[in-house]
Amino acid sequence: MTRPIDSVTHAASDPDADQPYAELGLKTDEYARIKEILGRRPTSAELAMYSVMWSEHCSYKSSKVHLRQFGDKAPKTDALLVGIGENAGVVDVGDGWAVTFKVESHNHPSYVEPYQGAATGIGGIVRDIISMGARPVAVMDPLRFGAADAEDTRRVLPGVVAGISGYGNCLGLPNIGGEIVFDPCYAGNPLVNALCVGVMRHEDIHRASARGLGNLVILYGAHTGGDGIGGVSVLASETFDADGPAKRPSVQVGDPFMEKLLIECTLEVLHEGLVEGIQDLGGAGISCATSELASNGDGGMHVWLDRVPLRDSTLSPEEILMSESQERMCAIVSPAKVDRFMEICRRWDVPATVIGEVSTGGRLVIEWHGETIVDVPPRTVAHDGPVYDRPMVRPAWQDALVADAPTPARLARPGTPEELRATLMQLVASPNLAAKDWVTGQYDRYVLGNTVLAQPEDSGVIRIDEVTGLGVALATDCNARFAKLDPYAGAQLALAEAYRNVAVTGAVPLAVTNCLNFGSPEDPGVMWQFAEAVRGLADGCLELGVPVTGGNVSFYNQTADVAIHPTPVVGVLGVIADVARRVPMGFASAGDSIYLLGVTRDEFGGSEWAHEVHGHLGGQPPAVDLVGEKLLAEILATAAREQLLIAAHDVSDGGVAISVVEMALRRNVGAQIAIPAGIDPFVFLFAESTARVLVAVAPDHEERFTRLCAHRNLAIERIGTTLAVSELNVDATFTVELAELRAASAATLPALFG
Amino acid sequence: MTPRVGVITFPGSLDDRDALRAIDYAGADPVALWHGDDSLGAVDAVVLPGGFSYGDYLRCGAIARFSPIMAALIPAAKDGLPVLGICNGFQVLCEAHLLPGALTRNDHRHFVCRDQRLRIESNTTAWTADYQVGEEILVPIKNGEGCYIAEESVLDELERSGRVLARYVGGNPNGSYRDIAGITNEAGNIVGLMPHPEHAIDDLTGPSSDGLGFFTSILHRLVSA
Repeated sequence: MTRPIDSVTHAASDPDADQPYAELGLKTDEYARIKEILGRRPTSAELAMYSVMWSEHCSYKSSKVHLRQFGDKAPKTDALLVGIGENAGVVDVGDGWAVTFKVESHNHPSYVEPYQGAATGIGGIVRDIISMGARPVAVMDPLRFGAADAEDTRRVLPGVVAGISGYGNCLGLPNIGGEIVFDPCYAGNPLVNALCVGVMRHEDIHRASARGLGNLVILYGAHTGGDGIGGVSVLASETFDADGPAKRPSVQVGDPFMEKLLIECTLEVLHEGLVEGIQDLGGAGISCATSELASNGDGGMHVWLDRVPLRDSTLSPEEILMSESQERMCAIVSPAKVDRFMEICRRWDVPATVIGEVSTGGRLVIEWHGETIVDVPPRTVAHDGPVYDRPMVRPAWQDALVADAPTPARLARPGTPEELRATLMQLVASPNLAAKDWVTGQYDRYVLGNTVLAQPEDSGVIRIDEVTGLGVALATDCNARFAKLDPYAGAQLALAEAYRNVAVTGAVPLAVTNCLNFGSPEDPGVMWQFAEAVRGLADGCLELGVPVTGGNVSFYNQTADVAIHPTPVVGVLGVIADVARRVPMGFASAGDSIYLLGVTRDEFGGSEWAHEVHGHLGGQPPAVDLVGEKLLAEILATAAREQLLIAAHDVSDGGVAISVVEMALRRNVGAQIAIPAGIDPFVFLFAESTARVLVAVAPDHEERFTRLCAHRNLAIERIGTTLAVSELNVDATFTVELAELRAASAATLPALFG
Repeated sequence: MTPRVGVITFPGSLDDRDALRAIDYAGADPVALWHGDDSLGAVDAVVLPGGFSYGDYLRCGAIARFSPIMAALIPAAKDGLPVLGICNGFQVLCEAHLLPGALTRNDHRHFVCRDQRLRIESNTTAWTADYQVGEEILVPIKNGEGCYIAEESVLDELERSGRVLARYVGGNPNGSYRDIAGITNEAGNIVGLMPHPEHAIDDLTGPSSDGLGFFTSILHRLVSA
């Protein structure tokens, strides 16, 4: 049974046909607006295009009004070569090199189908990076799951990790870091974010635009199938009878081998200068790629949709337009260069098909077997979607949450040496602080041979130039408990931690990306959290002098009325002139002095201790100190350049105690710590005050380093020394063998996940 | 003349650049070779790099083994051309029957990437002459299907003839029989190795520079030949 084609002519002749716009997620006024734009009702293909391109995911309709701050408040910098709006921002890192990086969410698919959801999350972000003309050089995965011992976490986590491992390893990109966080708030809404970083020469930067009358539109990569068709199945359901192939996976299925070929093939055609414009196919597939390319270019494009090679010959034109089949790209190529383009595709066994051409007239026209099924101004699809300034209200419960401070009266604190030791052991073994080798040991961190630092280091560090040693450092962070207590401060604390994690390696922080994971924007309380977080992040970036180069918003991370903690994951990229001078996190030898930089205060709101020991969340997050963070970063960069540091490590989750343990376990070098006079031992060991770093300094560099800090008025205190014995000795309080700490830290994840 | 060592890129090869770099570090001339070519050109030795040739479809190495360039490589190897297969390259050599046995799914069913200690068991091959027998080295291992298996009689024969080249120490990462990390053919020119010496050529990007010995060994062999 075939359905008559709903062509433009047909739509004009049947203006009052009932259309399932509501089922496709369009509001009544949005549907009316489409009719107004077109001067008639949309065809079913046009309706499919508008519905998916005007979705929250593609149009950012609820977030746009807030995200503008990232541009409006951007610090002055010459480093930004391509700003927000392209597939990914591009940053100048010197010597003619440029770096592009971006983080994206694949949260909902990863809950439905953890393996494919996580795998295709990597695939999508990697194609964003190659679309800019860059060679991808590393990936990272910030991950968040429900409680570690929850039944569903045992389904979701191993699947997600296997998906990242299976897809990422097969692509040949080192996985250099990320996060693994457990919190009951993510039950039913795991966060699977994926970051990719790519490298190119300045002259290789490419844009997603279709210019030049008569230039050809080439679709290349995998054939188009029925996977990843979401809301459009509503249209499809009209097409097929009950026995038809209507039940297709709404989660896309990835083929990393094809993606690897696509990377190499794309870089070769870009390198030979064969491409005028390029765009990856991700969300909304051909609809998105054609409308964005046309809209960003001369404005006109003619597409013969029946030329698209299919995996499933029964697909309707609407489904072809919407399919999110993976591993596809779209290039604009001048007729003179098409033969060479095709030759390179053949060399890499990548199917390629001319499906259209750039035209005059400012219309995107799509034909299906001789009938025009789409005839729209592309800008109205790609860029002129609805924009909402949604209502927002500070939630009624916020005051009570903040008032519930973790005072000694509210939460019992350990006092005796035995209690302090027991608290340390409990935190070391807690799922959030325990060793993550069970996960990261499934990722290839060595491939490409330029990985200088990888997890569990504070940042991943990648060498860009083998001759000069130029490299980049990358870190992502977010303590969502802080953001729940105060979204404005929480976003700044996420920024501060990622910035600090880059700085401890000796790199100079340069640019920011983000992945803003929130609940429903239709909930005014969530919208307030979102607005506050964006405002905090934009203000923080301005103060630190690091621009936001791009990012991603993921809304609707909630089950019924219960949203996740606001989780603005922030990624910071830094540059290091010579990776040979990077500073690792681990103690390396006995007899080095351990210094704490920064000031410790009685700050436990949202801390790992309150969460793990008491299951408590309340009070204020630690004070934001961006002036302190900046000073710290400058001193660390100088000290690294002058090679004054043996090790440096950020102090954050779990406080000084956990940081010391991590530094000691990294290379199995013990330490003796003295609790400074005048501070409560518990506060000293476990408080999570920000703008603090621990460093190890060899005796012959101590004077030079402490003078450097004193000169800049940075608070610095010598708190201990590294030992020749494998133990952690906290003066007059307790001693723990490193072997015992290691066993406790290493056992947790394998015990949970096998 | 500086010896020329080729590295074959199959569709899905991943560690080809790393192998070329390691050859360069060792002082030989790295030459990129393409799976679709039917000649090896004028190379003095060949490395089959790690990766997922043809996406590991069917079986690891099973499709790459039929590439045009393998038709040139197989007879050359049988005639004594030094060949080193690393990880996926080892799998290709087994599929091509240039080495006995097979590599199967890790016993624990997960991909594993870690720094692994190995003990060198033979330094009479073209690729291990620069090591001492009994020497322990630290190199990365990273595989999902790295469990070396063979019939008992084959394993006994490999042991008896000194063709076990390296063994895992400090924990077997994938369940390989008799902790075997690498083997060689009777003539000692063809070597298969599951760990990645090309990822251990300097302390900056690897856990050590212990892996460089495989590449200096072949250089020294070719120079003295």
